[in-house]
Amino acid sequence: MGLFVAQLLTGLANAAALFLVASGLSLIFGVTRIVNFAHGSLYMLGAYFGVTLMHMLPGVFGFWGSILLSGLIVGLIGIVIEICVLRPVYRAPELFQLVATFGVILVIQDLTLMIWGAEDQLGPRAPGLKSVVRILGEPVPQYDLALIAITPVILLGLWWLIAKTRVGILVRAATQDREMVGALGVNQSWLFTGVFFLGSMLAGLGGAIQLPKGGADLLMDLNIIAAVFVVVVIGGMGSIPGAFVAAVLISVLNVFGVSYLPQSTLVLMYVVMAVVLLVRPYGLFGREEKAGEHGQVGEPERPIRPAGMRGRMLVAALLAALALVPLFGGNFTQVLITDILIFCLFAASLQFMLSTGGLVSFGHAAYFGGGAYAAALLVTYAGSPMELAFLFAPLAAGLLAIIFGWFCIRLSGVYFAMLTLAFSQLVWSLVFQWYDVTGGDDGLVNIWPAEWLSGTTAFYYFTLIVGVGGIILLRHLTHAPLGYTLRATRDSARQAEATGINVKRVQWVAFATAGAMAGLAGGLFVFSKGSIFPNELEIGKSFDALIVVFLGGVKTLSGGVVGAAFMESAKDWLTRLEYWRLVLGLVIIGVVIIAPDGIVGTLRKVSERVGLRRSEEFMK
Amino acid sequence: MKHLKTLVAAATALLTVAGSAHAADPIKIGEINHYKRLAAFAEPYKKGIELALGEINGAGGVLGRPLEFIFRDDNGKPGDAVKIAEELMTRDGAVMLTGTILSNVGLAISSLAGEKGYIYLAAEPLADAIVWESGNAYTFRLRTSTYVQAAMLAEEAAKTDAIRYATIAPNYAYGTAAVAAFKENLKKLKPEVEFVTEQWPALFKIDAGAEVQAIEAAKPDAIYNVTFGTDLQKFVREGNTRGLFDGRKVYGLLTGEPEYLDPLGDEAPEGWFVTGYPWYGFTEGPSKAFVDAYIAAYPDETPKIGSLVGYMTVQSIAAALEKAGSTDTKALLAAFKDLKVDTPMGEITYRGLDHQSTMGAYVGTTAVKDGKGVMVDWEYKNPVPYMPSDEEIKKMRPAE
Repeated sequence: MGLFVAQLLTGLANAAALFLVASGLSLIFGVTRIVNFAHGSLYMLGAYFGVTLMHMLPGVFGFWGSILLSGLIVGLIGIVIEICVLRPVYRAPELFQLVATFGVILVIQDLTLMIWGAEDQLGPRAPGLKSVVRILGEPVPQYDLALIAITPVILLGLWWLIAKTRVGILVRAATQDREMVGALGVNQSWLFTGVFFLGSMLAGLGGAIQLPKGGADLLMDLNIIAAVFVVVVIGGMGSIPGAFVAAVLISVLNVFGVSYLPQSTLVLMYVVMAVVLLVRPYGLFGREEKAGEHGQVGEPERPIRPAGMRGRMLVAALLAALALVPLFGGNFTQVLITDILIFCLFAASLQFMLSTGGLVSFGHAAYFGGGAYAAALLVTYAGSPMELAFLFAPLAAGLLAIIFGWFCIRLSGVYFAMLTLAFSQLVWSLVFQWYDVTGGDDGLVNIWPAEWLSGTTAFYYFTLIVGVGGIILLRHLTHAPLGYTLRATRDSARQAEATGINVKRVQWVAFATAGAMAGLAGGLFVFSKGSIFPNELEIGKSFDALIVVFLGGVKTLSGGVVGAAFMESAKDWLTRLEYWRLVLGLVIIGVVIIAPDGIVGTLRKVSERVGLRRSEEFMK
Repeated sequence: MKHLKTLVAAATALLTVAGSAHAADPIKIGEINHYKRLAAFAEPYKKGIELALGEINGAGGVLGRPLEFIFRDDNGKPGDAVKIAEELMTRDGAVMLTGTILSNVGLAISSLAGEKGYIYLAAEPLADAIVWESGNAYTFRLRTSTYVQAAMLAEEAAKTDAIRYATIAPNYAYGTAAVAAFKENLKKLKPEVEFVTEQWPALFKIDAGAEVQAIEAAKPDAIYNVTFGTDLQKFVREGNTRGLFDGRKVYGLLTGEPEYLDPLGDEAPEGWFVTGYPWYGFTEGPSKAFVDAYIAAYPDETPKIGSLVGYMTVQSIAAALEKAGSTDTKALLAAFKDLKVDTPMGEITYRGLDHQSTMGAYVGTTAVKDGKGVMVDWEYKNPVPYMPSDEEIKKMRPAE
C-alpha cells in the first residue's frame, strides 16, 4: 500500500513540468492553430535560464524568483519569435507555420550551445526542500510534494484567466472561431502575441521548475516534444484541463509501467494515445474540429492540370542532364544525387496524400523505414537475392499502410496526424526493442545490392529510373480518376459523399499508395547505404518529409520534390560549417518568410506577376 | 637582361615552392562525428585529436608529410555518415576513415568500409558487434570493449557476498549488451547470484523517481548501473534523496569517466565501483605527460576520456602510416594487423584476431574530494584476460 501511494505521488510530481509545457502548447494551438514544434526549445531555454539565474540568486527567494524570471524571459523570447517569424506567415496554408518553428528549433539549438557550452548542467536543488518525507514508511522527496501542490494552483490560475477575465473570453472566442473574433473588431495580432507570450512562459516555467529533478542539457528540447504532443492530443487540443488530466494520466501510467513492465518505457504513451484516439477521436476533453477550416484559410486552391509543353521540356532537359551526370560528375556527385532522389521520392509520396488528399501524416517514416526494414530482413534471414527483397519493400510498406490506414482514416485533421504518429512510434519501438530479429538500434548491416548494381554508377542509374519513375507515377495518379476523387474528398468530404464517392475508401487507397511509394524509397535507401537503423523510422524522419513538402509548396504538385532537393543540397553544403544548424535554421526561416506559398508556389506567383507565365483564369 | 634574371629567379622560386608544396602534401584522414548531436562528448574528443596532430606535425609529420584531419558532422545519422564517408574517400582524397561515438553510425560506416574497401578505425563506438558479430576485414576498433569493462566490474562484484542484484541500463543495444555481459561473467564466477529486477529506462528520458522506487521495491543487495549522461544525473539525485544507495554496493559502467562524473559536482556518488578515467591521479609516465600537455594546450579544461581516445586515435593512425611506409590501402591494412602503438595508456596492440585494440580500462572507487567526484584506489587493467576466448571470437566473427 505504501509503495502504491508513493508511486502515485511520483507520477503526480512528474506531471508538473509536463503539464506546464503541454498547457502552453495547447493554448497556442487552440488560438493560433499553430503546431509549435519549437515548444520543446522554449522548455530547454527555461531550464538554461533557470540554472544561470539560480546560481546568481541565492536562497529560497532566489530559487523561486529564478523560476518566475525564467518563465518571463522565455515568454519574451516567445514574443520575439511570434512577431519576427510567425506573424509574416499567418496567411500561409494551414500547418505551414510548423516549418518556421522547425527553423526556430535549429536556431535555438545552436545558440544554446554557443551560450552555455556543451556540458550538461545539473539543476540546483530547492533550498529547504532537499530531503524526504516518510509517507506510510516510503520516502517521498519534499520537492515532489511541492510540485504536487503547485500544479493545481497553476491549473486554477489558468482556469481563472480563461474563464473569468476578458482576455480569457477573447481566447475562448478565438479558439472557437477566430475569424468571427476578428470580424468583431478584436485586434488579432495582439491576441496572438499575447497567447504566444503566455504559452511560451508556461514552457519556460516548466523547464525551470523541473531543475531540481534533473538539469539542463542540449537534448531536452527534442526529448520532451513528443511527450508534450501526446499529452495535448490525449487531453484534446486547446483544452487546459485536458492537458492536466492527460499529463497526470501519462505520468502515473509511466511510473507503474516502470515497475511492472520495465521494457515498456519506449512505447507506453503511444499505446495510450492510440487507444484514447480510437475510443475518443478528439481526445478526452477536445471538441470536434470545425469542418471546412481547411479550405478557408488563405486564397482558394488552384485547380491543377498536367504540365504544359514548356514544363515537360524543362523536366526532360533536367532528366537528360541527370542521365549525363556519370559522364562528367565524379563518384561523390552520383552518391549525393542518389541520396537526393531517394528523399525526393519519399517526399513526393507524402505530398500525394498530404496535398492531393488533405491527409496530413506525422508518421510517414513508418513506411519508408518499414519498406527498408522489410527488404533488409528478407536479405538477412532468407538470404534472398537483392532484386526480390527490393520488390518486397513497397509491398510490405503498402501492406503496413493498409493496416494502419484502416484505423487512421476514421479521424481527421490534427487527430489523424497524431494517430499516424502513434502508429509510426509503435513500429519504431517494435524495431528498436525486438533485438533478436531487428538488431535493435545496432540495426541490420551488410545489405548491399546485387553484383550488377554494386557500382556507384549502376546504382545511380537504377535510382534515377526507379525514383523518377515513382515520382512520375504519383503525378500521373493525381491526374487519374483516383486523383480527382481524392481532391474532391479533400475539398469537401460532405459534398463528395453526396455525389456517391466512398470518401473513406478513397482516402484509404491514397494512404496505402503513399505508403507503398514511401516503401519503394526505403528500398532504394537501404541498398544505397548498405545498412538500416531505427532512426529511419523516427519522428524526425517523418518531419523531414513534412517540412520539405511545405517548404516546396503544399498547394503545388512538384513542391515535395523541389523542397526535398533544396533541403538535401542545402544540408549537404551547410553541414561543413561550424554552426550549420544556426545557418540552416535561418535559411529555413528566411525561405518561409520570403516564400509563404512554398518555393514552387511563390516562384509561380512571381513568374505570373512579371508575365513569364499566364495567370489562371479564375484568379482574374 | 636584368629583368630576365629577375624573372628566372622568380620562376625558379615559384617552382621550388610548388615542388616542396607537393612533397609536403598533407596526408588526409576523414573524421566523421556527431559534433552537434553529442557536443558534450565530441568536443573533448576533437581537442584530443588536435593536440596529437599539433605534436606530430610539429615533429615533422608522418612519412615526411603533415597529417591532416577533415572533420565532418553527420548529425548522428548513419545514412548521412555513409554519404559523407563516400565524399571523404572519393572527393576529398582521404586515405582512411575514423571517428563516431554512436554505435549505429559506427556500424553503418563499417559496413560501407567492408563493401568498398575503405579502412575504418572506429574510435569510440561502444557496440562490440563492430569487431565481433559484424566485424569485417577493413574495420578496426580502438575503444575498450563493453564486454571487457562489464567483466572487470563482475569480477569485483563476485568478491562480495551480495547475492541479489538489480540492474538499470538504458533501453538500447549498448545497455542490453552491457547487462548481458555483466550477468554472464558474474554467473560464471558466482553461480548463486540472482537478478531480482532489470530496469530499462529510455535513453536520456529516464523517469528517475519511478526507477528508484522499482529498484528499492525489489530489495537488492547490490546494483549494476549502466546509465550515463543526464540519465545518470537524475538517477543519482533521486537515489541519493530516497536513500537507495545506503548500504548497497553499486557497480557503475563508465560512471567514473569525467564526462559523466564532472557534471554531478559534489553530488557524485560515493563508494561505487566503476570504470573511468582518473586523470587527476597520475603522477608520472606517459599518462601524466598527456594530462600535462592537454592542460597546457587547453588551460580552461580538464581532460575527458574522449580527449584520450581522440589523442590515441591519431597516434594509432600515425603509427600505422609509419609502419606501412605509404598511404596505400593494402599496405595500411597489413600494417594495422598486430600494430603496436605507444600511447598514454602504455603500449596497445591492434589484434590481428579481431581488429580490436588492447586499450584497457581504469577501475576504482568513487569518492567526493573538494566538491568534485573522483576515483580513488584505482588501477589500470589489461583487457586481454577479460576477453572471450580466441575460439569464441572466431566463431562470432563472420568468415572473411
